[in-house]
Amino acid sequence: MTFRMKWDTCDPKAAYVLHLADDALILGQRLSAWCGHGPILEQDIALTNIALDLIGLARQYYGYAAELIGEGCTENDLAYFRDSRSFMNHLICEQPNGHWGDTLARQFYFDTFHFFQLEALAESSDERLRHIAAKAIKETSYHAQYSAEWIIRLGDGTEESHAKIAQSLAHYAPFAHEFFVPAPVDQDAHNMGLGPDVSSLLPAWKEKVESILTLATLPAIDLGFAKKGGKAGVHSEHHGYILAEMQSLARAYPDATW
Amino acid sequence: MVTLERIQELLALVMDPEVPVLSIVDLGLVRSVERKETHIVLGIAPTYTGCPAMDVIHDRIREALSVLETDIKIESVLHPPWTTDWMSEAGKKKLEAYGIAPPVGKAADKRSLWGPSPTVRCPRCKSEDTALVSLFGSTACKSLYQCGSCNEPFDYFKCF
Repeated sequence: MTFRMKWDTCDPKAAYVLHLADDALILGQRLSAWCGHGPILEQDIALTNIALDLIGLARQYYGYAAELIGEGCTENDLAYFRDSRSFMNHLICEQPNGHWGDTLARQFYFDTFHFFQLEALAESSDERLRHIAAKAIKETSYHAQYSAEWIIRLGDGTEESHAKIAQSLAHYAPFAHEFFVPAPVDQDAHNMGLGPDVSSLLPAWKEKVESILTLATLPAIDLGFAKKGGKAGVHSEHHGYILAEMQSLARAYPDATW
Repeated sequence: MVTLERIQELLALVMDPEVPVLSIVDLGLVRSVERKETHIVLGIAPTYTGCPAMDVIHDRIREALSVLETDIKIESVLHPPWTTDWMSEAGKKKLEAYGIAPPVGKAADKRSLWGPSPTVRCPRCKSEDTALVSLFGSTACKSLYQCGSCNEPFDYFKCF
């Protein structure tokens, strides 16, 4: 028997929108932790700007998912009152920030995927998703440019930065692989014309990533086996800690307002 | 009944909280104004998806229109997405005079993932010898530049 939480949904469209929302929220939350800890002020500001864009995007998606679910559901219910097992974000989004190179490697893989995902969503059969994607892709192209520039800077930098970023990129490669392995939530969305066949996004992603790695004097990456499960709600141990921190206030004071 | 011109006049007095020399009309945020029997419906485009100033802007709109003593309904217009192409020429001049370099070129031409950087003119000494310091500045809509002639750092309102 499967235990269902209050806001779990059987509607494949709502589930897909939640999957998109969860990626944006969890990565946005991760990046927010750099606030006040960036190596220099400009980079601190850059990562928190990106976090802000992602959380803004999460709100758009959660607001839409809440409308689809109905029954008085709100964006806050979906962000703060679901448990780890209900979240469908990619595992890469919840991985720890690590050092600067780790964060940028994670971001580079995600931003590049996100750009091509939004490009596909701009052709979705669903008007609301098309509109959200058309707006978000403008922001995401800035994120992707930023993270790619850092990969080049670190790869083509000092011996130490080169070695460290190569290691970070290799570490996250199996997580990036999950983007392109269809899970039921992707397959349902693709069948309904809502979203792309995620495996079809791989060639464009690979080409862009490899062109940046070449500029960065870094070796090509091997995606290896896919570390997957996030899109089916099976997360790494890190996920619970993120939720504990992010949700505790809302759960302790469920009716609190600013 | 209040005229549309009167509403536009009042909206032109609502300043952006982060760039206080620009009104929401200069920024091209006002997409539609409709007078209904009992209330006014405004279509307001958000600049960036996560722009934290939007709530303040909505509050300021309500405050500015409160003299009309009519109910105001504000709808967020996502589509077509807001672009700096909608910023008025007057707005761009005010921006430069305020010390923020206005967006260069048209966002409509910018459809690539990794394009070359534009030439941005220093708003203080007007030199074109400037360099990008960071793609992300004090707000999501700005990048940080530095002038090679006068050495001053300055914000550039990104072409978006």
